Amino acid sequence: MSGILNSSIGRKFAMALSALFLMIFLLQHFAINLLSVFSPDAFNDVSHFMGTFWAIQYLLQPVLIFGVIFHFVMGFVLEIKNNKARQISYAKNNGAANSTWMSRNMIWSGAAILAFICLHFYDFWLPEINTKYMQGDMSGLLANGEFRYFEELQHKFVDIWRVVLYCIAFVFLALHLLHGFNSAFQSVGANNKYTKGLKGFGKAYAIIIPLGFVFIALFHHFNH
Amino acid sequence: MALDSKIPKGPIKDKWTDYKNHIDLVNPANKRNIDVIIVGTGLAGGSAAATLAELGYNVKAFCFQDSPRRAHSIAAQGGINAAKNYQGDGDSTYRLFYDTVKGGDYRSREANVYRLAEVSANIIDQCVAQGVPFAREYGGLLDNRSFGGVLVSRTFYAAGQTGQQLLLGAYSAMNRQIGRGKIKMYNRHEMLDVVKVDGKARGIITRNLITGEIERHSAHAVVLGTGGYGNVFFLSTNAMGSNVTAAWKAHKRGAYFANPCYTQIHPTCIPVSGDHQSKLTLMSESLRNDGRIWVPKHMKDVEAIKSGSLKPRELAEEDRDYYLERRYPAFGNLVPRDVASRAAKERCDAGFGVNATGEAVFLDFASAIERYGKETAHVKGLNENDAALVKKLGQEVIKNKYGNLFQMYEKIVDQDPYNTPMMIYPAVHYTMGGVWVDYNLMTTVPGLYCIGEANFSDHGANRLGASALMQGLADGYFVLPYTIGDYLSDDIRTGAIPTDSKEFEDAENEVRKTLDFFVTNKGQHSVDYFHKKLGKIMWNKVGMSRNVKGLTEAISEIKELRAQFWKEVKVPGTNEEYNEELAKAGRVADFLELGELFAKDALNREESCGGHFREDAVELDGEQKGEAKRDDENFAYVSAWEYKGEPSDAVLHKENLEFKDIELKQRSYK
Amino acid sequence: MNMNLTLKIWRQKNASDKGKMVDYKVSDISPDMSFLEMLDVLNEQLINKDEEPVAFDHDCREGICGMCSLYINGEAHGPDRGVTTCQLHMRMFKDGDTITIEPFRATAFPVIKDLIVDRTSFDRIQQAGGFISVNTSGNTIDANTIPVNKHDADTAFDSATCIGCGACVASCKNSSAMLFVGAKVSQFALLPQGQVEATDRVLNMVKQMDEEGFGNCTNTGACEVECPKGISLENIARMNREYLAASLKG
Repeated sequence: MSGILNSSIGRKFAMALSALFLMIFLLQHFAINLLSVFSPDAFNDVSHFMGTFWAIQYLLQPVLIFGVIFHFVMGFVLEIKNNKARQISYAKNNGAANSTWMSRNMIWSGAAILAFICLHFYDFWLPEINTKYMQGDMSGLLANGEFRYFEELQHKFVDIWRVVLYCIAFVFLALHLLHGFNSAFQSVGANNKYTKGLKGFGKAYAIIIPLGFVFIALFHHFNH
Repeated sequence: MALDSKIPKGPIKDKWTDYKNHIDLVNPANKRNIDVIIVGTGLAGGSAAATLAELGYNVKAFCFQDSPRRAHSIAAQGGINAAKNYQGDGDSTYRLFYDTVKGGDYRSREANVYRLAEVSANIIDQCVAQGVPFAREYGGLLDNRSFGGVLVSRTFYAAGQTGQQLLLGAYSAMNRQIGRGKIKMYNRHEMLDVVKVDGKARGIITRNLITGEIERHSAHAVVLGTGGYGNVFFLSTNAMGSNVTAAWKAHKRGAYFANPCYTQIHPTCIPVSGDHQSKLTLMSESLRNDGRIWVPKHMKDVEAIKSGSLKPRELAEEDRDYYLERRYPAFGNLVPRDVASRAAKERCDAGFGVNATGEAVFLDFASAIERYGKETAHVKGLNENDAALVKKLGQEVIKNKYGNLFQMYEKIVDQDPYNTPMMIYPAVHYTMGGVWVDYNLMTTVPGLYCIGEANFSDHGANRLGASALMQGLADGYFVLPYTIGDYLSDDIRTGAIPTDSKEFEDAENEVRKTLDFFVTNKGQHSVDYFHKKLGKIMWNKVGMSRNVKGLTEAISEIKELRAQFWKEVKVPGTNEEYNEELAKAGRVADFLELGELFAKDALNREESCGGHFREDAVELDGEQKGEAKRDDENFAYVSAWEYKGEPSDAVLHKENLEFKDIELKQRSYK
Repeated sequence: MNMNLTLKIWRQKNASDKGKMVDYKVSDISPDMSFLEMLDVLNEQLINKDEEPVAFDHDCREGICGMCSLYINGEAHGPDRGVTTCQLHMRMFKDGDTITIEPFRATAFPVIKDLIVDRTSFDRIQQAGGFISVNTSGNTIDANTIPVNKHDADTAFDSATCIGCGACVASCKNSSAMLFVGAKVSQFALLPQGQVEATDRVLNMVKQMDEEGFGNCTNTGACEVECPKGISLENIARMNREYLAASLKG
């Protein structure tokens, strides 16, 4: 078991595990966001629970942050290593003949997602940390005594430029997932006659989830 | 020097066992002090290298390719014979021995062939243990197919890539020993001479093909497993790099060269398409299990097919001439290779060839597709009379059996063999002749061994399908490791052979002189120019059928061509770099000598036997009219030629062949 | 109809030379020629002009030895599928085409000269464990003692048909050798004879693969598409499983 992260397959495996973890997180994030479309109250309740329950805040949140950072750092480390494996590039390379654009550009879709996460943290996570831990207001309430979560969410999607940026980021997310989902399963060794169905599911996941996020962003933009 | 084949005494079935019981052995501690050089890493060389290293000898192995895995054994398609009798169809060691001697037209050495048949079964055990993925039946046991010239199913196979799988097995055994440090592997090295010290082979001179460096390597014994010399014809199914140089240098150092004229012309190859052609591609003989060979009966249909106005499949059954089935009803399309090849040539010479060059016959799978389709429909309970369905099902069966070959054909010819018959024509494929060896596989130079296709031993005048792989592995895994030990037991006190002796220096200087000549000659023609010319002479005058006039002409034409080569050959570049033209020049120089000896041997052998067909030696009447006529009274011997300078001066030595266990008969496949 | 073509070919005198692309013209190329026969024509032309011929690897010219390579118009073994360069025919090209010909590129495949690369890294991976440690004495058990499920035997054969040409590495944007290694690991993992040493084999082969400087697989699947023998990506998945299981065992 020792040194497994020093081997190519070990690194692949770690990359895949962090990806699977992030995909589960994404599904959960999507489910909660979707609530905001149907029921602001339910959205507020769940958001408050997620934002204040100790196990989520002090256990899962650090794990998630570690997962995100690990996935990005490992992604860049692998990219550098892989570039070293071919120091002279081809004068003419027809990558499209044998592989998808998505699979060849994970580093770029990943970088776009990283930029988005920075914006997203600036938009939601930093204010949240500020309110809860800097100012010590754990109530989750506005001055009028109502929950602030839904209100803040709608407020963010007033600006059209932010909506556009978010939508572009979701397109990159879709591109990243279109390769990433099945790639993660391949990396952990799940590729045989039983995993044919999984491939279709992966494609559906990669399209439906980002599309849903786009829908939610647009919904709030037009319904505030 | 009298030829002593050193065949052990006693009844044939006990010879090999008795021999093994009485040879001298080398103890394991002493093996560590003994070096063996192996040149060539195909089935014979690779398996020998692995086995000798495993026994404890220090092995140095050489190949001209970039990896031992590329040796041309890899291209063998159909299978490997073994007398396992898994099918319970009456096979036995004796029957394999008998078939091989008969198939070889009674020109092989009985004792060697019997030994080959005896160890054949072990080869399969060995390969399965090594992880060679042979084809299996649904019950999990090994599958067999049948091959030309025999009446049992004894051929083990791995789709159409049996040679590849067996070679990779030997290569993996080698890798294990390279990893252990017992084999030192020299890739991209070409052997350019054998060095003899005190009359014994004690080393070789090689050229590093990347740097051009000339190197001396010494050992207590030298083994050549360097394959056949089919490329003397320029066009053959051999790899581009296959050459006679190692064997020829050995010949020049005193090893007799045996039966050079015995060449196998394989009946099922893709026809030549034009002057640009650099090599020919074989379509496995296994195709003849299911394909039927035919040409049109009438000349008008030949013309119509050639002009494209008639599609071959449209020609009515009664207007087709299934000439093998007509001439040889007992064996039909499964007659041995030499017989099938000559029959195709006979039809094409008579004008019935079906392509533009007039040198092609059809190999048709239509009836097999229909037969298999009906069978499958029956098994699956589907309508056996639905022609489209039957065709589809049948094509699937054929695809499972020969898919890779059909794909290969389609890529080369640009025609779909599922829907139109393949076109095939004979091509040079294998050389039964080679360096003369005794029962121990030792040449006439002490300490110099020759194994696999490079030697002359087991196939007589014609090799049966699926026997080349068997011989290569038998020699390397099971025969040489015993016989060489007997010789090396005298060398346990010799110590390392120094490479600074005069013999090494002289040999190296000679090699350098030739290389220097090539790069400074600045003639007007490329090496290929001469090679192609040589090939034309060989194919036209020393090819599938030979006569005194043609052979005599060939001898003088080759001699002239050789003189011209040494005057006008042009080799660009220098010796001190990767220089393929330089490597080719050396090889073609040797082919130009071998070619003449080849023709001389064919001229000397005034009989028809196996792959050697003399137009002046045919049956004149009776049932066998027009068939090859052997002359056992005057030619039941091995021609072993001794080098004396020019090929024309070569001296003939005869090893008389005695047949105690098999009665000499005319080969009849009627 | 015969063709006239422009060739852009990588020329590099030796391993230490910098190398560059050079343009050549060839004319009257028959569509029935193989790609290598077209290069033969070019070389004959160069020799007659007292120029140095283009060095390229080739041997069997029937698609099985794995010696030929070449990156043609941006693809390993050229635009056709399921073939090696020697089986690629000129009918895949049109009159007037410009064809770019480069060596396989990877740090683990250094160029020797022109279009020839050194692929001995593949040999070293095999030497690290690509075998079953059985002596070649012939004194093994009878070949039919252990029945092997036909499906497993056929799958092992499919994996074993790898010709070691390196197209997978050349096509992979990461120069990863996982298809090559995965195929060998799979062949033995699928057969009962290979299972005895399965743990050590996969650990040692992967270790050697990493030491040779091949990149990491990112599952683009380019290798599978360009592989002349159609070796499946399932082989890589199987190797991943084998490797993880072996790592857990230690």
